[in-house]
Amino acid sequence: MVSGAPANDVDLECRRLVKRFGGLAAVDDVSFTIAEGSFFSILGPSGCGKTTLLRMIAGFQYPDEGDILIKGRSIVSVPPNRRPVNMVFQHLALFPMMNVAENIAYGLKRRGTPRSEIAPKVQAVLERVGLPDSGPMRVDRLSGGQKQRIAIARCLVLDPALLLLDEPLGALDLKLRERLKVELKELQSQVGTTFAYITHDQSEALVMSDHVAVMNEGRFVQVGTPQELYFDPQTAFVAGFVGDSNRWTGRVEDADTTGVKVVTADDLSLLGAPAGAGGLARGDRVEIFVRPESIILGHDATRLGAVDNRVRGRVENILFDGANSRVMVRDGASGHEIMVTLPQTGEFAALSRGQEVHLGWTLAQAKCFPAGDDAARAGAA
Amino acid sequence: MKAGPPFRLGLILLLAPIVLWLSLLVILPHIDMLLISLRVRVAPRVYETSLANYVEFFTEPLYWNTFARTAIMSVTATAMTLLIAFPVSYYIAKMLRGRTKNLLFLLCLVPFWVSELVRTFGWMILLRETGIVSNLLQWAGLTAGPVEMLYNDAAIMIGLVYTSLLFMVVPLVTTLDSLDDSLIEAGYDLGGNGFAVMRTIVVPHAMPGIASGCIVVFMLTLGNYLTPILLGGKDSLWFTDQIYTQFITRFNWELGSAFGFLLLVLSSIIVWIGLRLSGQTLSESVK
Ligand SMILES: Nc1ncnc2c1ncn2[C@@H]1O[C@H](COP(=O)(O)OP(=O)(O)OP(=O)(O)O)[C@@H](O)[C@H]1O
Ligand SMILES: [Mg+2]
Repeated sequence: MVSGAPANDVDLECRRLVKRFGGLAAVDDVSFTIAEGSFFSILGPSGCGKTTLLRMIAGFQYPDEGDILIKGRSIVSVPPNRRPVNMVFQHLALFPMMNVAENIAYGLKRRGTPRSEIAPKVQAVLERVGLPDSGPMRVDRLSGGQKQRIAIARCLVLDPALLLLDEPLGALDLKLRERLKVELKELQSQVGTTFAYITHDQSEALVMSDHVAVMNEGRFVQVGTPQELYFDPQTAFVAGFVGDSNRWTGRVEDADTTGVKVVTADDLSLLGAPAGAGGLARGDRVEIFVRPESIILGHDATRLGAVDNRVRGRVENILFDGANSRVMVRDGASGHEIMVTLPQTGEFAALSRGQEVHLGWTLAQAKCFPAGDDAARAGAA
Repeated sequence: MKAGPPFRLGLILLLAPIVLWLSLLVILPHIDMLLISLRVRVAPRVYETSLANYVEFFTEPLYWNTFARTAIMSVTATAMTLLIAFPVSYYIAKMLRGRTKNLLFLLCLVPFWVSELVRTFGWMILLRETGIVSNLLQWAGLTAGPVEMLYNDAAIMIGLVYTSLLFMVVPLVTTLDSLDDSLIEAGYDLGGNGFAVMRTIVVPHAMPGIASGCIVVFMLTLGNYLTPILLGGKDSLWFTDQIYTQFITRFNWELGSAFGFLLLVLSSIIVWIGLRLSGQTLSESVK
């Protein structure tokens, strides 16, 4: 869906956007569309160009190449104060010289909304974000989470076609972030405004979004639903960046239609399925990713059932975290440390350090990607 | 309280210089001045307490005309300094980055490495009848004969604004520097044009800097002696010149003290009005 998409369903379309700083392309040939009313996230490591991309959409940076269309109309030459988009800044940028109500009324006043309509609108949006009494409060008296909601309310009151959010949860502590993640998603589905959200936190992107674009070094690596990214990554970078994985590097020993046989750098022989674009041939260097929750844990080899890969090892460490508990197992043969999700059945409640366990996973759950620069970088991240 | 005595001693030692400085150089002279201003000489070395000096000030039109003129000119000079310094400061603080910014800021400081006297002579060289500007105008054929641009109010104003610029630019650059760029961007993003962003975000943020800059410039201008006398000549009618005349020429310390005290009252009142109008407090603007 490049340009054939009907204009009324698509809120934002970016065509081959490029922005260079000196010789470095901070945003490099990025094209995407955001459907009306959806929650779209851009996920990428620090410095990959997320803010630059968002600032081009908001109008604070002029693209070197490419076009930006909102509801089918190019806005590249429209100044930021006349674009139908609003932005929640990385550090929120609430005006400290005004109280909460004045902050929210700011945009309405600039628009020339009659005085009598401003107060009810401000009150309505304050109720919407769950802070109906905060109008006369000073901005610096608000808590982190409240500031965050006021910053969003300040934009929502203007009813923008698109709301841009630049890591608005970045400055908050973990607990609050977890709660606001859910609240933000609920707010978005209630008001129905299109959200473009950028973050380097994969869990934020997965929990909230309808669609996620994974970005690396100025380019979009993969765009898809959170499920697609998690279960069907197209490159080693996405597999490594989205969710946790066990990872091996190795060389293809044998390849046929059912899968590939790989010998890893530490001499472990594994069966895996080729993933991503382009097949694998004998002799190719590959990276293998296996999710901790797709590994079966057993006290003896017979409990594993019919699995393609089997490993025997000793428990190195137990990372107990309630439902999210994990075990680190040291592979007896290669010495590789493997992370396994602890089953919730209670069967392994008595597991202790040094105990011998058997691990197994199927061929389909071991995703093999050709090892390139991309994979090397993901390894460093 | 075991820690009491050493702490007290430290505090006293720390405060001693400032207390001495304030009492010896500011409070004592002013008390003395007030006392001197409240007496009249009835015979050689015989004095009487009276308000005669203040009465003389209000009954002699020359005195209070000069007084009012000095106040109005000072307020005007302060306003003009602000109008010129604000765009300059905004440009330095918000538009420039890195080395150019430091360089430009330094360039604002350079004229102040030269003494005020020399700088004022610089203006005299430019503006006098046989000066550079006059010659240039004749050479360009814009005037028939030499023009005298010194010894008028405009020359005084130029000199005062020029002398004061630095004291306005420094506090303005400091406060504008502390304004987060994303606040300005948010101002535009939410639909404000350049004027609205300036009025609702930049100026309110810079208000403490504006207030402290204006206070300093106003005080310096009001108490300036050199610039009005040199650029305005004999008829500059600046109040500090009246005080000088009373003390040095007439040797009338009583009237001179009364004038000095009135000047202090005047500047305090105008600063107070200014703070009131701009909604600032003194402690905020010296922060
Ligand atoms: N105004 C600028 N001038 C020069 N280089 C810039 C400018 N803005 C960004 N860059 C560079 O562009 C690259 C991308 O920056 P950007 O701020 O978009 O990253 P980001 O993905 O938002 O990172 P983070 O998650 O840390 O906020 C960086 O290498 C940065 O140094
Ligand atoms: Mg950023």
